[in-house]
Amino acid sequence: MTMDLNRRMLLGSSLALGTASLALPRIALAQGVGEKNLLFVMLRGAADGMAMAAPLGDPSYEALRGATLSEYEGARRANGFFAIHPAFEQVGMAFEAGEALLVHAAATSYRERSHFDGQNMLETGATQPYAKSDGWLNRLAGMMLERDGEDAGRALAISATMPLALRGAAPASSYAPNNLPEASNEFKARVGLLYGEDQQLGELWSQALETQAMANMGGGDDGIRSLRDAHATGELTASLMRGRDGARIAMVELGGWDTHANQLSRFRRNARALDTLLGAYRDGLGAEWANTMVVVVTEFGRTVRFNGTNGTDHGTGSAAMVMGGAVKGGRVIADWPGLRENDLFEARDLKPTIALESVLSGAIAEHMALDPELTMTQLFPGRSGQALSGIVRS
Amino acid sequence: MSRANIALNRFGYGVRIGGEAPRNPRQYLLRQLDVFDPAPRVLAGRTDNSAKPGEIIDALRRNRRERRMQTTDAGESMDSMANGSAPQRSGRRRRQLTGFPPEVQRAYLGAGRTLREDIGLRTNLAVASRTPLVERLVHFWSNHFSVSAQKPGTHYQVADHEFFAIRPHVLGKFSDMLKAAVLHPAMLLYLDQFQSVGPNSPFQERRREREAPSGRERGLNENLAREIFELHTTGVDGGYSQVDITEFARALTGWTIQGLRRVERRSVPQPNGAAFVAYAHEPGSRQIMGRAYRDNNAGQARAVLNDLATHPATARFVATKLARHFAGDTPPPALVTRLEEDFLRTGGDLASLTRTLIDAPEVWSEGPVKYRQPFEWLVAALRITGVDNLNARVLADALNELGQAPWRAPSPAGYDDLEGSWAGPDALFRRVELAERLASNARADDIMNRAQTAFPGALTDNTRTWLSRAESGAQALGLLLVSPEMMRR
Repeated sequence: MTMDLNRRMLLGSSLALGTASLALPRIALAQGVGEKNLLFVMLRGAADGMAMAAPLGDPSYEALRGATLSEYEGARRANGFFAIHPAFEQVGMAFEAGEALLVHAAATSYRERSHFDGQNMLETGATQPYAKSDGWLNRLAGMMLERDGEDAGRALAISATMPLALRGAAPASSYAPNNLPEASNEFKARVGLLYGEDQQLGELWSQALETQAMANMGGGDDGIRSLRDAHATGELTASLMRGRDGARIAMVELGGWDTHANQLSRFRRNARALDTLLGAYRDGLGAEWANTMVVVVTEFGRTVRFNGTNGTDHGTGSAAMVMGGAVKGGRVIADWPGLRENDLFEARDLKPTIALESVLSGAIAEHMALDPELTMTQLFPGRSGQALSGIVRS
Repeated sequence: MSRANIALNRFGYGVRIGGEAPRNPRQYLLRQLDVFDPAPRVLAGRTDNSAKPGEIIDALRRNRRERRMQTTDAGESMDSMANGSAPQRSGRRRRQLTGFPPEVQRAYLGAGRTLREDIGLRTNLAVASRTPLVERLVHFWSNHFSVSAQKPGTHYQVADHEFFAIRPHVLGKFSDMLKAAVLHPAMLLYLDQFQSVGPNSPFQERRREREAPSGRERGLNENLAREIFELHTTGVDGGYSQVDITEFARALTGWTIQGLRRVERRSVPQPNGAAFVAYAHEPGSRQIMGRAYRDNNAGQARAVLNDLATHPATARFVATKLARHFAGDTPPPALVTRLEEDFLRTGGDLASLTRTLIDAPEVWSEGPVKYRQPFEWLVAALRITGVDNLNARVLADALNELGQAPWRAPSPAGYDDLEGSWAGPDALFRRVELAERLASNARADDIMNRAQTAFPGALTDNTRTWLSRAESGAQALGLLLVSPEMMRR
């Protein structure tokens, strides 16, 4: 692909905030219900998009981050302009195979720099922190339930507790392997009776039992004792989503991205874990990969300059990934803002030019065959932008 | 729900086996403020590990330099050690350590053990406590000033932080606790302050002379400054700006830990194992939230902290968190206002705030108002089963599986204090698994009476029925541990 390295280059199609209205509404039809898998991966701690895909083609890059150049020697190039971090081996191969794309200089509408508020907005989909108590992924589960009824499939967090994105009115469960001795059937049966009159505990308990049964059936729990092993977590997630009875919507969280010090090695390690997880997940799904979409996002980006302790501080624009058998991959979607002093957000951060909410609702609407406008207003109400289109191969 | 039940469970950690429901609930709580022991002997007997973090970090830096000269790959694995997660039990960590100097290997393997033993100490103190309300306050404040055992050296310091920077102040002044907590080595390490250097400090001037210019302001790390505003004092809407954060970060430069070789000569010891190195401090006066702070070295950051500690936004923020912890996820506004006024009137007297809580009708409302967090649930379960002095490894593993290992919160905000974060299907399943196991190893007689005492006037007919139908005492005890009465307070 030839690239124009003008400052306002537009990669992908009709994807910039200002031109989103050019996107034609595309509603995929005639797809079977309850067949699509969606995995939402949330990177907690503000992952550095500039490290994920380094904009080596930007003339200011070397002056800002010269010390990182050796990290990208021999790295895969994306559209000639970006270098995909070499730790992303599986993602990189999927990128080459046209099954993964990157979105760059993206952010939610949050413009401050608190992890907690930023994550809250990314998970609730609200325009202010703490303005909503349910999560957008739960609202998506509700939309699927409304459309497909029993065929909608389950929503599941690969976690011991329920992340905010999946909390809400629609039924959702959580599961993570553990080291505890399994309770006896007799005891479990009596716990069920004890909770018979307690709505909250009764519901939690029956969801827990269902997920346990699924995990045992899927066989994904073999030998896994915690979620520390990225490969095992990827396999487990796949096993819980395989087949008709598997979950259709799942969420995985990865922490450790808050790299205030010694960023190079910490980022490399985290990226490798994410990459391993995604590769194992894709392999574990087998043929069902064709019906699967993975979206990877983080609450915000990091400063473009390194700080005094070889790390980066809280920033704004970052990068996201979309992967899957039907994703129109092999490209970077970006309206590149540039890295000169005046190009930066508040003279320190990558300026966001793409709304993450538009990416998420566009990708999900196309994948799940939902109306993009409805998806946007349900999942991320109160935004002026529209859902992006053209993320899935038509 | 009776007042006795609220005093035991909403304010405390539940009844101890053989204990009674308090006859005068209010007196029972107030008395705890008088008899609380801020320095129990078991804590004084801990090994002094204050020198460990400095040793570890120095060894890591030395090693990184040496290895960088050899191969880049080894340097990488060194770094992953330097920033790695908790030392694991598995042989994997041990294998990763091959090739490192013996003192680094020992420090790493010892770190996990020290952390486990401290988790045992903390938990067993709470299980045996006669002042469970004040223990709850210790854990509340420890979570407010959350430090996490993740970075090198922190494993040796996180418990020390709670035991010696938080515990002595829970009935004292907020400003004293603030200064002790954020200027403690555990926090200085956790939020990267220990290596933050003033860009115009003599230290940095010398570095500039030796190194090629890089065109960026080197040395400063604003992580701690930002989190003090956002998480420890004013809260995110407290009216500070990015400029205030950077100015405060400059004021904080020089604060570091003891035992770092390259600055040791110039390092002046501070309380709790912290150190101040004027050589690395940014010179000059600072403007923070509209106030000027003259440059008096270590005193500059202390002066800022003193002002932040009594800032109206801090009063509001602290009042809200306390009310949420005791009166429910959505804190009653009138209670928040009373706590806030109390805070402003007394200059942040935490004993006075506690008395305000005890006298607040909102906290005595018909319950339950909160879903118990895992640590709370486990401590209450151990108190009622009478299993005390459980092995530290068992406790640490159990808390890990329950999702709330002490001093391992996923972020500097600490563990969340909302029901939604804890009332999950898998989390409930884990409590059930653990309950059956705990009950099978405990005294299982007299369960009905113990249940009545544990939840005076609050035991439902439903729970009573299923306890009485259990096929064994152990099964009944297990069911009691996961009963709705036990899950909420």
